[in-house]
Amino acid sequence: MSVSVSNDALHQFLLRMGDNTLILGHRVSEWCGHAPVLEEDIALANTALDLIGQTQMWLGLAGEIDGGKSADDLAFLRDAWDFRNVLLVEVPNGDFGRTLMRQFLFDAWHSIMLGRLMTSADDRVAAIAAKASKEVAYHLERSGGTVVGLGDGTEESHARMQEALDYLWPYVGEMFASDEVDAQMVAAGIAPNPTDLREEYDALVGRILTQATLSIPESQFAHKGGRDGRMHTEHLGHLLTQMQWLQRAYPGAKW
Amino acid sequence: MNNEWPLWEIFIRGQHGMSHRHVGSLHAPDAKMAIKNARDVYTRRNEGVSIWVVEANNISASSPSDKGPLYEPSESKVYRHPTFFDIPEEVGAM
Repeated sequence: MSVSVSNDALHQFLLRMGDNTLILGHRVSEWCGHAPVLEEDIALANTALDLIGQTQMWLGLAGEIDGGKSADDLAFLRDAWDFRNVLLVEVPNGDFGRTLMRQFLFDAWHSIMLGRLMTSADDRVAAIAAKASKEVAYHLERSGGTVVGLGDGTEESHARMQEALDYLWPYVGEMFASDEVDAQMVAAGIAPNPTDLREEYDALVGRILTQATLSIPESQFAHKGGRDGRMHTEHLGHLLTQMQWLQRAYPGAKW
Repeated sequence: MNNEWPLWEIFIRGQHGMSHRHVGSLHAPDAKMAIKNARDVYTRRNEGVSIWVVEANNISASSPSDKGPLYEPSESKVYRHPTFFDIPEEVGAM
């Protein structure tokens, strides 16, 4: 690493990346066996598994920095206030349309972010980003295509997609917030300033949503509090009780 | 009105071998989505390097009841197998 950076800041950054993929991966996995058609069921399960695989790498590295904890320790033994994912990924799935809209809004950010991280000054971060970016390119192609198909579909599918966009849009802004942790990552050349990704994001998302005949809400209001852990939504705790119950009921249980 | 997506037959070319092999079928609204669905359903264990999709409607098949006239006449024509030729050694394995 060229510039020294506090382990605390790097640890926070890695938790943010890993918690995003962990929580979204869990949310998407909730569709397993419930999706409207078999093909979508398998596709969603594949996406969930990709995200959980990426989580193992991000949280694996975070744990290494944090005194030799494992990715499993971080995933299963922390409580809601320790999580650093953006609020967008913890909101409930809603209907299939909302799940795919959330996926698209996240995938677009994720693909741009990983593209920048591939040139990170930290080789470990660059290596994870290189592997994840191939998976995420496909996620984006699939979720973007579905958003267009459903947005520009029947009257009902269009209405549901617009409703999903209206509900989720206030959660988009948090992905571009930046703070002291980000400033340290930028100074060390490890990660970009999230705010700088916004222009590319708006162009990409705007293009797809226009094709989908959907309108972006005008309000600039953004829910915040996930990526800095200040205040998660009430949904995260419920998600964790599902995800963590086995380790909590049978501490140390192994597969 | 039929709200079901059309059926697509899926052909995958594996890591080894030059030909696409029929692996199964799935539903999809169009060819592009059929390829994506095939990627997710049939290549998730690293099976393929290429995918073909054909809408099942577009496949014409021989009829099982024509089995006799179609295939039986060739049963008695052993001379069509090239087993009566001596292959020169220099040719090697064929």
